[in-house]
Order: sequence, then C-alpha cells, then structure tokens
Amino acid sequence: MNLAFWFFSATAILAAFLCITRRSPVASALWLITTLFNVAALFVLLDAHFLAAVQVLVYAGAIMVLFLFVIMLLNLTERDPGDRGGWWPNKIIGAAVGIALVVELFVLRRAVPPAALVRPPGSAARAVAEQGAVRVLSVPLFQAYLVPFEITSLLLLAAVVGAVVLAKRRI
Amino acid sequence: MNPLAGTAADLVGLTVLLPFLGFLVNGALAFLRPQAKRTVSVVGVGSVALSFVLGVFVFLAVLGARPEEPYVRTLWTWMPVGDLRIAAALQVDQLSVVMLLVVTGVGALIHLFSVGYMGDDPGYARYFAYLNLFIAFMLVLVLSASFPVMFIGWEGVGLCSYLLIGFWYADVEKAEAGLKAFLVNRIGDTGFMIAMFLIFAQLGTLDFVAAAPAAAQHFARGSGAVTAIALLLFLGCVGKSAQIPLYVWLPDAMAGPTPVSALIHAATMVTAGVFLVARANVFFALAPVAAAVVAAVGAVTALFAATIGLKQWDIKKVLAYSTVSQLGYMFIGVGAGAYAAGMFHLVTHAFFKALLFLGSGSVIHAMHAAYHHTHSHADAQDMRNMGGLRAHLPVTATVMWVATLAIAGIPPLAGFFSKDEILLAAFTRGAQDPLYYGVWVLGLAGALLTAFYMTRLMLYTFHGPNRTGDLERPHLHESPAVMTAPLVALAVLTVLGGAINLPHVASLHRWLEPLTASSAAIAGAPEASTGLELGLMALAVAIAVGGMVLATRLLHPEALLPADRAPAERGFAKLLLEKYRVDEVYDALIVRPVVWVSRVVLWKGLDAGLIDGAGVNGSAALARGLGWIGSRFQTGQLGTYVVVFVLGVLAVFGTLMGLL
Amino acid sequence: MFLGRALAVSAILFSLGVTGVLMRRNAIIIFMCIELMLNAVNLAFVALAQQLGADGQVFVFFVMTVAAAEAAVGLAIVIAVFRHRESVNLENINLLRG
Repeated sequence: MNLAFWFFSATAILAAFLCITRRSPVASALWLITTLFNVAALFVLLDAHFLAAVQVLVYAGAIMVLFLFVIMLLNLTERDPGDRGGWWPNKIIGAAVGIALVVELFVLRRAVPPAALVRPPGSAARAVAEQGAVRVLSVPLFQAYLVPFEITSLLLLAAVVGAVVLAKRRI
Repeated sequence: MNPLAGTAADLVGLTVLLPFLGFLVNGALAFLRPQAKRTVSVVGVGSVALSFVLGVFVFLAVLGARPEEPYVRTLWTWMPVGDLRIAAALQVDQLSVVMLLVVTGVGALIHLFSVGYMGDDPGYARYFAYLNLFIAFMLVLVLSASFPVMFIGWEGVGLCSYLLIGFWYADVEKAEAGLKAFLVNRIGDTGFMIAMFLIFAQLGTLDFVAAAPAAAQHFARGSGAVTAIALLLFLGCVGKSAQIPLYVWLPDAMAGPTPVSALIHAATMVTAGVFLVARANVFFALAPVAAAVVAAVGAVTALFAATIGLKQWDIKKVLAYSTVSQLGYMFIGVGAGAYAAGMFHLVTHAFFKALLFLGSGSVIHAMHAAYHHTHSHADAQDMRNMGGLRAHLPVTATVMWVATLAIAGIPPLAGFFSKDEILLAAFTRGAQDPLYYGVWVLGLAGALLTAFYMTRLMLYTFHGPNRTGDLERPHLHESPAVMTAPLVALAVLTVLGGAINLPHVASLHRWLEPLTASSAAIAGAPEASTGLELGLMALAVAIAVGGMVLATRLLHPEALLPADRAPAERGFAKLLLEKYRVDEVYDALIVRPVVWVSRVVLWKGLDAGLIDGAGVNGSAALARGLGWIGSRFQTGQLGTYVVVFVLGVLAVFGTLMGLL
Repeated sequence: MFLGRALAVSAILFSLGVTGVLMRRNAIIIFMCIELMLNAVNLAFVALAQQLGADGQVFVFFVMTVAAAEAAVGLAIVIAVFRHRESVNLENINLLRG
C-alpha cells in the first residue's frame, strides 16, 4: 500500500511539473491527464472509490477532452510566439511564490482539527466496506446536501447556456 | 457708602457716552452727507463741550464731598471668567476728575479751533468723528476703574492716534507715520499686558481700588515680582508717552493735522503714561528700583530730546521734541514719588503745549494761505520761511510768548511752579538715593535748553525780518476768531493754571492725598527745608532767564535764509538736525533684521517652502505618487492580478501561521 | 491512513498549479493549471474525509461539478477572445486596464 501510494504520488507530481513547463498546449494537456489519472488512483487508496471513477470519467474524460477540442480548434502550436520571452522576472516571481506557498502549506499541515469532529481511525474504510463506496457518498448528498445539489444543477444549466452564447459567432 | 453716591458723579458715564455719540453721528455723516459741515461742527464741538460741563459738575461734587475712597460706578459686568471678574466700571476720584476736566476742557477748545483750521478739508466730518472717538476713549482711560478697562482706553486712543496721524492717507509718508506710531506703541502695550497678567497672578484682582491695598500687603518692598510689574507697566508708558527708546514715533506723528498734534500728542494721549504711573503709584512705591528707572529714563529723555529740539527747523518738530522732553519731566516727578508734582506738570503742560501747538497751527494756516495764493510749494512749516510774523499775526504771537514763558519756567506762570516742584522733589529724594541728584542735574540742564530752544522758535518765527517772500507777504493774516478764541482761553489758563498748586491758594498735593498716602507711607516723603526750596527756586529762575537771554544773544534771525536757499548743516549741528540718526539705527538694527527674518525665513522658508511646499503641495505630491504606484498595479494583465492575488493568499496563510 | 502524506502531495500539487498560473502566459495552459489546483484541493478534501467524515467526499463531488461548468464557460470565453484578438497570450488581453 505504501509503495502504491508513493508511486502514484510521485508520478502525479512529476506529471504536474511537466504539465506546467511544456511549451506545447497539447503536451500540457496530456500531462495533466496523466496527473488526473494518478490522483484518481490516490482517491482509491483513500477509500473514495466512487470519486475515483467520477474523476476519470468527468475530469479526465470530459473536461480534458473539452480542453483538447478547444486547443485544436484554435490551432495553437508551439510555434506560436506568444508564450516566448515575456517579462523574465515573472518566472522568478512565479517560482518564488510557489516555493513560499509550499513552505507555508507544509507548516500548516500540522494543524489539528477540533477533537469533536474527528472520527475514530479506520471508520472510513469500514463505512465503505459496510455500505459500499457509492452509498457513503450518496446518502449525505441526497439528504443533508440536497439543496446545494439542486442549485448545482441550475448552475450547470447556466454554464451550458453561457458557453453556447459566448462561443457563438453571431448571437 | 461713598459720599459721592447720588451726586453728579453718578452721571460720569454720560461724559463718555456723549463724545461717543458724537463719533457715531459724525461717522454716519462722513459716509452719507460729508458736506453737512455745520451739523458736524455743532455735534463735534457740542458733545465735548457738554462733556466738559458735566465734568465740572462732577468735579464740584468731588470738591464738596472730599471722599476718602474712590467712587466706583459699575455699568455692567464685562468678563466673569473663573476667579476673575472684570466689570465695565468707571471710577470717580480726585485723580480721575482732574484728568476729566483737562481732557474735556482742552479737548473742547481744540475742537473749536479745528472748526476753523480744518474748515476747508474735504474729510471734515471724518476728522470730527475720529476726534470725538478719541475723546471717548481717552475718557475711558482716565475714568477707568480697573486695568483692563484702562487698557481698552489705552488701545482705543492708540487706534485714534493712528487714524488721525494718517488722516491724509493719500500721502504715503503720512500713512506710514501713523503705522509707525501704532507699531511702536504695540511694543509698549505688550509690557502693559504682561504687567496685567502678573498683577492678576499675584493679587487675584485687577481693580484699582482693590489692587492698591492688596499690593501693599502682598509684596515686600523691593521684591522682584513687584519690580517686574512696575517695570513692565513703565514699558507701556515708554511707548505711549514717547520716552527713550520708544519716542521715535512722536516726531513723525506731526504728519497729522496740527490740532491733532495739540490734543493727542501734547495734552492728553501722551500723558496717559504719566497718569498710569500716578494711578498705580503703590506698585512704584513698592519698587524703588523701578521708580528710579522711571525717573532716570525721564531725565535722560528730557535732556536728549531738548538737544534735538535745538536744531530742528520745522516748527512742529521743535514742539514735538519739546513734548518728549516735557514728558520726561513728568516722569521725573512721578518717579521721585511726587505724584502731585508730576500731575501738576501734566495739567500745566496740557495748557501751554496745546497753546503752542495751536499757535503754530495758526501760523501754518497763515503760511498755507499765503503760499496757496502764489501756488508756491515751499514748506509752510519751516521756520526759515517765517520771520517777523508778529506784525501779521499779533494775537498768535502774544499768546505764544505767554506759552513760551510758561514752558521756560518764568514765574508766576504755571510752568514755573510745576517744573520747579518736580526738580525739588528729585533733589530731596536724592538724600535717599544719590541717583536722584544726577536726575536733578539732567533736569536742570534740560530746563536751560528748553528755555533756549523755545526762545529760538519765537525769534525765528515772529521776530526779525520776514523770509516768506515778497509775493506772499501781503497774504499773511491773523486767523479767524474761531481759532484765536481758544488760543486766548488757553493763554488765560496758562497764566492762572499755576494756582491749582500755589501755596496758600490750593494744593494739588493735598487734593490727591487720599490716593497717594499709602505710597508716601511706603516710600517715604522727604521734606525740604524752606531755605532749600527757595534756593532751588531761585536757581531754576536763573536758569530759565539765562537760557532765554543766551538765545537772544547767540541767535541771529536776520542771518537766516529761506529753506530752499539755506546752507546745509555740518558737524554736530547736522547730527542734531538728523536727531542723532536714531531712526536709522533702529532701522538697521531692528527693522531690517525683522523684515529679513519675516520675508526670508518665515515667508519663503516656512510658509512657502515648508507649509506650502512640503505640507500642502507635498501631501498632494505624496498622494499623487501613491496613486501612481497604485496605478502601476492596474496593468490590465491578468497575470499581474493573479500574482497580487496569490500574494494576498500567502499573506493570509502567513497570519494563520503566526508569522505576520 | 495516508492523511499526512496525502496532504503533503496536495500541497505540492497546489503550489505547482499556482506557479504555473503565475509563470505561463498562454490562457489555456493557465486554465489547465487552475484545474490542477482544483484537483489538489479535491485530494485534500478526500484525505480529510478519512478523518472527519463523508462530507469531504460530498464536497469533492460538488467541486468537480462546478469545475466542469467553469471549464466550459471559461473555454467559451477564450474562444470568443481569440476571435477578436487572434491570440490567447494573456499579455494581449489587457482590456481590464482600469
């Protein structure tokens, strides 16, 4: 288990790094897909089986495909001089901020949640074993979080309409 | 219960109100109908004359009642502030009633004279408005019952002096003379104010009636506090009464109309300083150092001004320096503790100096008329252009000779008695403090010079050949009755005025005794033997006669040339003519540095540079700069915005971590 | 079980995403980095769900949904801008200058 965890997390990080540093948008997209797959694997290891599946289906399968569609629609190649040059301190600033962020997050990682909220260890795995991965997610979703669920559906409607309107040549 | 309650003394406020109403009426007329000269004359002269009549009744009441305590008439409460209660109150006592008579009496005569003198001036109504206002303020000053009320009068007469000196303000020099008078007086006024603060701080009261016994109890004789108070009060006197070093405004004040010079700068306003010392006599009695300073400054001024008067050619300037000198004598008197003597000289000086000034006004009036006929621009006030005017202005010449004899100190005229008593007081005080012997010597020397320069004035103006010019001479004539009548009245007063302090006739000393007794007890009242008295009297007469004879022997009026042809002075004479260049010294030492500091340091440096530049413009520039920095953030580039956003997130994490 | 480590990975992925957003000027690549950031957050939620209950997973569900909607709309905007500006370089899209 540990080995799997290390493997998947290392791959995810490597793929993410490659994603942000490639010149070609297509390469970036593909590396991002790799990252998403690895994160899905991590989900499985963390007892969120359903979410892993959703991640692969929705994120890697739909969203990234959409990205690739748009990249190819706009015909962006690496010969596009747009990304070249630029203000070089930007890179330094970016790197510095990134490192600072990592450091801060590592420090904050030590934060401890209130004791009242903490479940006994292993309860998550047990819940999945008892109810099944889907039920663990769906029961709260359709009971406690019903209203956000409905609102999210409206949000999706709005997004669809908006995307169509924005991308049309002539309204 | 004061014996004056229920008598005419209750109406004393009316004496102030009448001239003030005159001011309001004449002021309104000056704006609305300046050509209503007869109304202005009636209101202007009448208000002061009525005040005088009322003053006579008040005086008779005081004469009959002989109160031991001053009678305070409170009109309303002016400033109740914490522990300090200042009332707008007037005080009727022996001292104030004397001043009341002098101010309104001489004032009324001068108002009458002005009707003739200023008759052709377009600012006639304005003139009388200011003059009435002056009388009102001067009465506030002399009738005041407390230091602050007196200060109101003090400042008010300073204001009127400024307005009247610069009456012909279109002439820049005249306007500047008014400004000079006001500014120099301000220096003195600061001393007065600080003295008032100290008096209140030490005694808790500013009323004259309460302050005198409180001071006698509170201060030890010769202590630093009371000496400081007395010296600061004297600083006010130095400014107002034109003593060294603040006398420089008085000769320049001759730029005003001559009746103004007579009233304000001879008879009344400049004597306010002497009056103040007499009023606050307890303070000076408690501070012998300060009293000695008063006498010494008076003596030095008396001699100094007399020397300058020896060589002046402008007839009014001679009289101006003479006034400064005579004021010095008054201060010798009150400084030596002889308050009655100082006040006596004040009264007699009011008579003969007003007479001298009005007489000179009569002369100048005639000279102006003569030059007007020939359209000449010669100086109507320069004695070198006069001469032999006795034939043309006989009345003026006669009365002016009366005044000259008085000021020189020839018995039995008023000036002799007053000056003699002052010198006697100084001499006898010398037994206590030898400094006063020096004061006496200076006073005697000044008397000699006084006799000399006054005789010089008379010789050059009225005797010898006439230098006015052949074309002008036929137009020289005596002044109209409205001008000569006051002259004669003043001459009568000059002759008889000595009676108010003549032994076996009246005694000003005994009259003022209720007010000066405590000071006499504190400072001691040295007596002189009759032999000494007579001896000093004889010496004074000899000096006076000697001075006049010397003048007639040494001066040759027939050798004079008119002003435009006269040779320039040289040597010591030139120094005297240029009044020892004191004004130039003040200019170089004080005025220029102050102006420089004001212009360069305060204006350019502080105001324009620091406050405007750094403060106002600087903060605007700072705001603009900060705005520019802020605007650099609005690049329109999403990348920039994201960077700033993330930096904000880092900051939030930082606070969570407790780093920030 | 893997809570600490998972959070570390999440932190690293998130920082990589931020760095990418700051450093790149191609709009689409920046978008992808944003997706990366969202994924890192998802990972953190799931990891904490082990300790604090299934609400974490519900939240991930919503995040994914909203991310999908946002990606759609965002890409539509990119297309619209590309039509006007012929470029997806962020430096050319500076009409937000205020």
